[in-house]
Amino acid sequence: MMARLSDSLTRAYHSDLAYNFRKSPVAVLAALVALSLVLAAVFAPLLAPSNPYDPASLNLMDGFTPPMTENAFTGNSYLLGTDNQGRDVLSTILYGARLSLFVGVMAVLFAMLLGIGAGLIAGWRGGWVDTVLMRVADVQLSFPSILIALLIFGVARGLIAPDQRDTMAIWVLIISIGLSDWVQYARVVRSATMVEKNKEYVQAARIIGVRPVVILTRHILPNVMGPVLVIATIGLALAIIAEATLSFLGVGVPPTEPSLGTLIRIGQQYLFSGEWWILLFPAIALLALALSVNLLGDWLRDALNPRLR
Amino acid sequence: MLAFILRRIFQSVIVMLTVALVSFALFRYVGDPVTSMVGQETSLEDRAALRDALGLNDPFFVQFARFLGNAVQGDFGISYRLQEPVMGLILSRLPATLELALISGALAFIFGVGFGVYTALRRRGIISNAIMTLSLIGVSLPTFLIGVLLIWIFAVELQILPSFGRGEVVALPGGWSTGLLTPSGRASLILPAITLGLYQMTLIMRLVRAEMLEVLRADYIRFARARGLSDRAVHFGHALKNTLVPVITITGLQLGSIIAFAIITETVFQWPGVGALFINSVRAVDVPVMAAYLMLIALVFVIINLIVDLLYYAVDPRLRVDRGAGASA
Amino acid sequence: MKNTLSFKRLMASATALALLAGAASAETLRWARVADALTLDPHSQNEGPTSTLLHHIYETLVARNTDGSLAPRLATEWSIHPDDPTVWVFKLREGVTFHDGSPFTAEDVVFSMERVKHPSSGFQALHSAAVSATAVDDLTVHIQMSGPSPLYVQNLTNFFIMDSGWAEANDVVVPQNFAAGEENFAVRNTNGTGAYQLVSREPEVRTVLAAYEGHWAETPDVTEIIYTPIAEAATRVAALLSGEVDLVQDVPVQDIARLEQTDGITITTGPENRNIFFAYDMASEKLISANVEDNPFAKPQVREAMALALDRDAIQQVVMRGQSQPSAAPLPPFVNGWREDLHAYSAPDYERAAALIAEAGYPDGFSVTLNCPNDRYLNDEAICQAVVGMLGRIGMEVNLVSQTRSLHFPLIENWETDFYLLGWGVPPFDSAYVFNFLVHTREEGFGSFNGSRYSNPELDAKIESLATMTDLVARDALIAEIWDQVMADRVFLNVHNQVLAYAMRDGVTLPVHPENQPNMANVTLN
Repeated sequence: MMARLSDSLTRAYHSDLAYNFRKSPVAVLAALVALSLVLAAVFAPLLAPSNPYDPASLNLMDGFTPPMTENAFTGNSYLLGTDNQGRDVLSTILYGARLSLFVGVMAVLFAMLLGIGAGLIAGWRGGWVDTVLMRVADVQLSFPSILIALLIFGVARGLIAPDQRDTMAIWVLIISIGLSDWVQYARVVRSATMVEKNKEYVQAARIIGVRPVVILTRHILPNVMGPVLVIATIGLALAIIAEATLSFLGVGVPPTEPSLGTLIRIGQQYLFSGEWWILLFPAIALLALALSVNLLGDWLRDALNPRLR
Repeated sequence: MLAFILRRIFQSVIVMLTVALVSFALFRYVGDPVTSMVGQETSLEDRAALRDALGLNDPFFVQFARFLGNAVQGDFGISYRLQEPVMGLILSRLPATLELALISGALAFIFGVGFGVYTALRRRGIISNAIMTLSLIGVSLPTFLIGVLLIWIFAVELQILPSFGRGEVVALPGGWSTGLLTPSGRASLILPAITLGLYQMTLIMRLVRAEMLEVLRADYIRFARARGLSDRAVHFGHALKNTLVPVITITGLQLGSIIAFAIITETVFQWPGVGALFINSVRAVDVPVMAAYLMLIALVFVIINLIVDLLYYAVDPRLRVDRGAGASA
Repeated sequence: MKNTLSFKRLMASATALALLAGAASAETLRWARVADALTLDPHSQNEGPTSTLLHHIYETLVARNTDGSLAPRLATEWSIHPDDPTVWVFKLREGVTFHDGSPFTAEDVVFSMERVKHPSSGFQALHSAAVSATAVDDLTVHIQMSGPSPLYVQNLTNFFIMDSGWAEANDVVVPQNFAAGEENFAVRNTNGTGAYQLVSREPEVRTVLAAYEGHWAETPDVTEIIYTPIAEAATRVAALLSGEVDLVQDVPVQDIARLEQTDGITITTGPENRNIFFAYDMASEKLISANVEDNPFAKPQVREAMALALDRDAIQQVVMRGQSQPSAAPLPPFVNGWREDLHAYSAPDYERAAALIAEAGYPDGFSVTLNCPNDRYLNDEAICQAVVGMLGRIGMEVNLVSQTRSLHFPLIENWETDFYLLGWGVPPFDSAYVFNFLVHTREEGFGSFNGSRYSNPELDAKIESLATMTDLVARDALIAEIWDQVMADRVFLNVHNQVLAYAMRDGVTLPVHPENQPNMANVTLN
């Protein structure tokens, strides 16, 4: 068992992709940054000095403490300072990144499921199903995702009872961002499906009575996972930025449970009053996260496209 | 030819009808129109009378038909929030947005093509790598943050550019107002145009780079080199020319999304365009404005798409009509 | 930048000159604040920013001085009729003309009274005691009250007078008529008697006003106003710092220190006639948003615990940067009925508070939603957030929902919120205004902002009697009695009295107005 595992690890290490990866310092650096950010976000409850979501632990008098400076009233000192509510900026960033990543990953998964499903069905069935699905995709592709997300948000706001908006806010965000981003997956999966379904092995499988679901998931889907992965990686960066933008426009998560975007919205109010750390550190965190994921996606695209090597 | 044009127009109409249905559903079922219109003290009888007068008791299709009929005439009712006819509001804000979108689209195109060509030709150069990395930083920074930082640097610290609004505008015949004819209007345009154009610029740059790299590998380029043509002639006479068709297409299609992305830029710079109007309406659930904005944007997209398709058809009939592969690059 | 600015001036001057032939020179004031007026219809919206702009175009019978006293405006004298305590008599100013040149007469007051009492008017409640107005002669108006109303004149500081002829000619005899499916002409067009007339308006973009040559008072220093709403706080401050506006009315508290240190910028601060407080549903059987089966706010221990958990000094120091006056009662110091002892509050005691919550039957605490506006009061959302933290320390898990003002206020008016933040100004400068809107049981003409569902019939009777009492000493005693009851029942969880700050470039002088209704006609330039 162990031997087989190490064997496959060795194979993976010597694979084209891994070779390419080791040869690209940018990719390695981006992966390191992304990985440490993701780990820091996932283990935020263990790493963060305090829990910014627990209002009971906050002391308002700690507010606006500059980084590594003693607060005049409480005597407390924080590595990255505190925000307007006395929350430790480092902790809010860790928890905020956790929330941003959660929204981003869920939105990408949602878009992926929707897109892959639609693409498989459209490519496999063809005919009017294909026409309708692809027309919808065309229409939607011509609408920018931010507009679609805003519209969905506006509708949800009108339909959800006011006292539930708070708890629903995150799911509304995920659905808004996910729904606005499924088309690319659908297109890639559809064209691959159309190519594959006429190949002989698929025809043969059909003849011996293998169910379409099995053919689609076992044979066709693995062939398109490369491009789907590229789209998903870049989509993750886009989703994180979309979440930040929506939160900045005031239609995202509530300020008591801030994401990186909400933190930037709060920090922006203190740009001119000298409390630069409230804006700067969350902005750097968002930039590092989005940039490293983008670089990875970029590298992945080039690596999977042999012609560009 | 005619059949193709007719089919495209028919499809556009279907799209518009679908969007209209969404708009109408929004208008009719998100919040109660009557509650949004009247004050707290209005009696139940008055509300019922208003409901009747507005035709809200009619069957669904009658109401939808009336909505369509009004929409075609540009009548989207009165904004709940501003108490003015929605269409007038939107038309008075449209020039600001279109001017901003066109200028930033042009900036994005010029710099995008320039940088794209450079990075494709000097693929391993330090400057190329720097440009590529910087462009990724640009894409990774949210638009609103770029705007705020630009205001901080150029308006507050350096005090060389205005921080908000359109400056002095000049009214032109036909209800159009322009900021391009006054110094303050032009100065006001710079920061928002950069903020809005940056993202599109990186898109275009990456597209040009990818297309150029692709074309440079093509056989006819190799033959051209083999024939002894200068690098200059090869790069610009052959490669770039062949690259530009998809690039122009994408840029045209992007114009629509620039108009929509203007929502964020307009919010940060207090730019008096339709985007700022829309976001304020979303925040206040001012449904008539939301519905009208949706229809307007759909119309802009449909028209741009239609024009691009027809141009494609005119330029090169052999090209497949399905532009999907290009659009997702 | 210099060139741009002087060019702008030049353009502005040219525009003003073209509009007002004969004006010697135009002094333009570029004025920015957070929100635009919702409408130019003078009787449609009872809302601060709307009234502020309208005070430049329309005028009222009486005006409020910065010290809170009444000043004559379109009325020169006012008194209760010597023979009938239910009639108010107003002597009107002679020689006043509307912007279109038509003369101002008693008919216009009669017409405006009818219009402001229409159901679609936002000011209806202020005039519920007025039955009708009659023109005795061209310059005398009698207002018939339903009973003796010695303080009614205090309600008239936002009662704008329209031209009856103009209103009829343009079909705007009622404030709003949505059923007609047409735009109300008065939303975008004006004809007042004010010191400025409307030159152009794009809602939420800019409104340009020019001095009205035919105004009855002396001409103001500022002859042209360019009013620009700038919603983003950072952009607003940036515009002042870079010299693109001359006056910012809503200065974010965090930027006051920086602006004070900036050369060429002056800040003036002063208390506003407005208190910021929390209120809660004290009467329902069960709350909408709570996770318990009864109503915790109905229990005195819970309300006392919340009062003990509220750290007003911390909010003042950190959230408001010292720019507020913490107090226990929702009553600004210059309002009739204010007493020193109403303002006293105790230091927070979280242990005692947590014990009270347990004592009330919630050993594990409870959760509830707090509704908060995020664009109406100074740092409203941050205040709510801070209070969420403070209540969290005593076992209350509070979910914060903050949204724009136009969505927030209906929640209170429709009883759709359990727990909310509200800011209340007292334009008539009398406690009765607070009682009428916030304490009296909700019924015809009363309690429209009584979101706490508080209902005390005995107190209601006392509140109603205030309107007709003519013995002012006895009346003040009754006001004190009502306040004692309201404070004992803890109807309000008051935070502070709001302090205003205006920032302007050097050379512009404008004192802070207690109702945050500055008039640019009072600006002096040097």
